[in-house]
Amino acid sequence: MSTASTMTIDELIEEFDDLGDWADQCEVLIDMGRELPPMDESLKTERTKVHGCQSNVWMVAALSDDARPVLELIADSDAMIVKGLLSVILLAYSGRTPQEILDVDIEGIFRRLGLDRHLSTARRNGLAGMVKRVRQIAAEAAAA
Amino acid sequence: MSDSAAPLLDVAAVRRDFPILNRPFEQGRHRKGTLPVFLDSAASAQKPQCVIDRERDVEERYFANAYRGVYWFGAKVDEELEASRDAVRRFLNADSVDEIVFTSGTTMSLNLVARAWGGKFLQPGDEVLITEMEHHANIVPWQLICAERGATLRWLPITDDGRLDLECLDELLTARTKLFAVAAMSNVLGTVNPIDELARRAHDVGALICVDAAQSAPHGPLDVQCSGLDFVAFSGHKVFGPTGVGVCYGRRELFDAMNPFLGGGHMIRRVFKNHSEWAELPAKFEAGTLPIVQAIALQSAVEYVERLGHDAIAAHEQQLLRYATEQLTSVPGLTVYGPAIEHKGAICSFTIDGVSAEDLANLLDIKGVCVRHGHHCTMPLHDRLGISASVRASFSLYNTREDVNRLVDAIQFALERLRG
Repeated sequence: MSTASTMTIDELIEEFDDLGDWADQCEVLIDMGRELPPMDESLKTERTKVHGCQSNVWMVAALSDDARPVLELIADSDAMIVKGLLSVILLAYSGRTPQEILDVDIEGIFRRLGLDRHLSTARRNGLAGMVKRVRQIAAEAAAA
Repeated sequence: MSDSAAPLLDVAAVRRDFPILNRPFEQGRHRKGTLPVFLDSAASAQKPQCVIDRERDVEERYFANAYRGVYWFGAKVDEELEASRDAVRRFLNADSVDEIVFTSGTTMSLNLVARAWGGKFLQPGDEVLITEMEHHANIVPWQLICAERGATLRWLPITDDGRLDLECLDELLTARTKLFAVAAMSNVLGTVNPIDELARRAHDVGALICVDAAQSAPHGPLDVQCSGLDFVAFSGHKVFGPTGVGVCYGRRELFDAMNPFLGGGHMIRRVFKNHSEWAELPAKFEAGTLPIVQAIALQSAVEYVERLGHDAIAAHEQQLLRYATEQLTSVPGLTVYGPAIEHKGAICSFTIDGVSAEDLANLLDIKGVCVRHGHHCTMPLHDRLGISASVRASFSLYNTREDVNRLVDAIQFALERLRG
């Protein structure tokens, strides 16, 4: 299995297809969650908290200094499966320009991963909350 | 109650009454053929065949709106609704069917009391007493009405082991207290509160008592006359009945003195352009079209529980609670909240060190074990416990030791995955 840091989103979709079984897919999400770099505790504030989540989720974003600025995302949660889902989001968004982020069909990615079927409505709403936060940050950066 | 003296519940037979428990999950998340272990009855109980059949029977044979038609369907609906109302009256040992109002559920019942009683009788400087273990449905309506009326909401604390701190009661329940709103059983801790004593002490200071019986009703009925209760609220769906129907019991003098809660439909005697006059009880509090089918089928649910027998149900659930508590507390790092089992009903809310409630609930689901996670609509209680979320396994008359074994196996599975 590729690790979260080297895998592309297409490779992840392929792996989920091969596994087929939610129990195994869930295990991959947990592994991805475990590999997610920890977030500095000082960054976990009310301001960085993503609302609409059952478990605690924090997310911060910054634009890189490069000639072609890309969004750098740091995220964390106290739930391992949620951290795995954050990894999926990072995989889909990290290293992309704000405009590229706004163009990503994230719903399509979740659907191809089968997450629309396997996650509870509450968790799907939580996931939508995380995506909304990323898109908000990207939209602000794109407009700047 | 001692286990040996209690009548036995034939759990295998009970389980055959609940079709949903005997069907493997539909394909998708679970291994083929996995049967559900349903441990979320505190949120909503499953329905026995007799309730499912009753709802269908109404729809297929004689459905019509209530209290309006002279034709046979309408007359039959009225007759069946009143039979159900009488079954509920018997369930609560109320004096009269006039004291039994059908609502949409416990939440609406408590809002009815808060608005229709509190909205008329609470004055600035009055106090309403609630407790730290209340469900939001028995907190928020009181917050709203107290703010509106200039009254003060006070909180009875709980002890560290999750019981009401009765030593503080004299200090908090005073001549200023107009109403004490309290759950008969906590939906998180499982604590069974001493309702008779609380009612007596409320009345000693001239306060009314309003009991949230949502959790206690499936485990044993209240006797409103014997306990001297003023208001009682419970939901159909937690006593194996349909969703969308609940009950608000109110002592007749209180219901008589209160203004209506909602306006429209069957709740009027006469409407003039400049005012209206109210219908007799219980219609005065039943505005709009009732959940007719659900209210009728509630009779089947209540009678089902009565047929099995409250003592037999209680004995079975206590045995199961003891076994579940033993098994769960043997898991390293697992904490079960709430008092010793002699003070509680069949609910185990727990956390495991270093494991999030959401992860646990998700992984238990993979094994077909249905539990709930989160704050269970009791944020002040979770704040008091110093946790943001817990996992709740709630047991009912159809659960078995095998269900407990599968729960514990699934927890082991989850821990292996999460601790990698």
